[in-house]
Amino acid sequence: MGRLIDKLHQDIRYEEGMNACINCGTCTAICPAAEFYNYDPRQIMIDVQSGNEEKIEELLKGEAIWYCGECMSCKTRCPRNNTPGLIIMALRAVSQELGCFTESEKGRQQLVLKRTVGEWSLKYGYCMYPEALTTTNFPEQGPIWDWEHANLHMVMKRLGANYQGEGNGVLRRIPQDALDEIYKIFEVTGGLDRFENIEECSRKKAEEMGMGFDETHNNEYFDYIFTTNNGDHQK
Amino acid sequence: MKLEGKKTLWKEYQKEIASDNYFYARSCIRQNFFPASETTFLRVLREELGKTIHEDARHTTCTGIVYHSDLVTIETTMTVIARQFSLMTQSGYLNYVASCITSFGLYTEILDMWEHFPEMEQKAREMLWKATKREFEKPKSLAHASDIIYKFRNEIAAKSKYKLINLNTGQPLKVVEHIGCHYSKMFPHKGIGGAEYPYVLVGMIEAFGGEVVDYPERRHCCGFGFRQYIVKANRGFSIASSRKKFESMTPYKPDFILTNCPGCPYFLDRWQYAISEMEGITYGENGHGIPVLTYEELTGIVLGYNPWDLGLQTHQVAVEPLLDKIGIPYDLSQKYLGSDGEFIGKPEKPSVLKVY
Repeated sequence: MGRLIDKLHQDIRYEEGMNACINCGTCTAICPAAEFYNYDPRQIMIDVQSGNEEKIEELLKGEAIWYCGECMSCKTRCPRNNTPGLIIMALRAVSQELGCFTESEKGRQQLVLKRTVGEWSLKYGYCMYPEALTTTNFPEQGPIWDWEHANLHMVMKRLGANYQGEGNGVLRRIPQDALDEIYKIFEVTGGLDRFENIEECSRKKAEEMGMGFDETHNNEYFDYIFTTNNGDHQK
Repeated sequence: MKLEGKKTLWKEYQKEIASDNYFYARSCIRQNFFPASETTFLRVLREELGKTIHEDARHTTCTGIVYHSDLVTIETTMTVIARQFSLMTQSGYLNYVASCITSFGLYTEILDMWEHFPEMEQKAREMLWKATKREFEKPKSLAHASDIIYKFRNEIAAKSKYKLINLNTGQPLKVVEHIGCHYSKMFPHKGIGGAEYPYVLVGMIEAFGGEVVDYPERRHCCGFGFRQYIVKANRGFSIASSRKKFESMTPYKPDFILTNCPGCPYFLDRWQYAISEMEGITYGENGHGIPVLTYEELTGIVLGYNPWDLGLQTHQVAVEPLLDKIGIPYDLSQKYLGSDGEFIGKPEKPSVLKVY
């Protein structure tokens, strides 16, 4: 596996985000996630900067690195131009590469993200697509979205969109040759490998947990990771 | 430091914004939830300002949401962005305009990284060629779409039919603005006014006759947080962040919230509905919420466009109280019509939040 700190150093975001952290705690003070979750970016910076392999491994397998919302408020305020948010991104990348992400409740959610915004990007060319968004899974969208969703083509046309149409415009159908290019980019740059690794690690975890698992959004494991919150994440 | 001094700090953060000949890259979230805002932006640029703005049907997601959901490496994302730049290069319009704040932040991040690590730019060029046989130039200028409206705010104000003035009191409307984290928190010098005193929305509000209201949690995140909203189990974080902002702004009695990012107006609108259902709390006047507008919708409102052409009927928080204050006429019988003028039914009413 090699030294974890070396893996982090290979990520350009580690080089951009870590410049001798002075542990002042400004990042924690400004962090929206630290206010909500049992989360302390200052401590993560200390642990990573120390190069302590045990502590880094603990981070990769734990919940804490998944609490950040990547708003990057920390970058604005850090007096030393560090970006804890970028360090979090580097940690999450290594956690997924090594399969550590399935060891935590929040980490396991990567499968949900892969099968939604990840796959929609390749299938539609948009990271979100109205057909896939329902108030069953997003109830806060409210009755206005139920109305819009039930009349999608008419409402979109009324608002000047070109929904699923040819040519330019809002929510046009992205031409197949463009989608093919995006797929090829994912293939060449390792994006598809990352997706396959998330699937494989998740399948193994589901098996270990004795849960049903298939390629759809309607299986026991998917539903579990999409909805489960053990209530232990907040202060 | 005196407050007056602080209020002018934004002037230190200026950037060049191209005057014409733009390449437009659409936003996934804005297209899904505020389609008329993009339609309006192009209408204003072309019909009101006489500008040329080009788009290419082949452009796609920039992968910003996917990248910030940590699903892809930076190599994947920067190569997809390189492809967008390739389309721009083909078009001959090198003034790149992003409709999305996440995209704008990511383009800025990638261009900045390529400056620091030229080998990464070379890598992007090689991977793009290998995948698509494409080449690209970097943008001559990069702007968020709101930067363009900001640049021409006085020209727009000169054409406006309505001012942000309360018809009954004669006083300027009180507006809170929400800038969107990735506009300037990462690269303050790439946003008008910087990160602490961003001016892009303030400039519009002032030009259109309104008054900006400061409040303690003005710079707090709306709570999108990518995985913190997309995964149902995490949404407590998202709604708590928006709630913190509502609680902070409500004592200042804002007439509406103006937003920059495509996601923020969605969250600030819908979480008001969710909070009303969960806790029975509403933050606006008389059981209404605080109306939330995109900057394109605001521009269309002052220019006198039909509110239903702007898509205001797709907000969960009713916008009519704001239209009434400004004195903008609207026809409720036209609100829920389809594309051919046919009535397509009304949405159900929320149990607490008052709507028309």
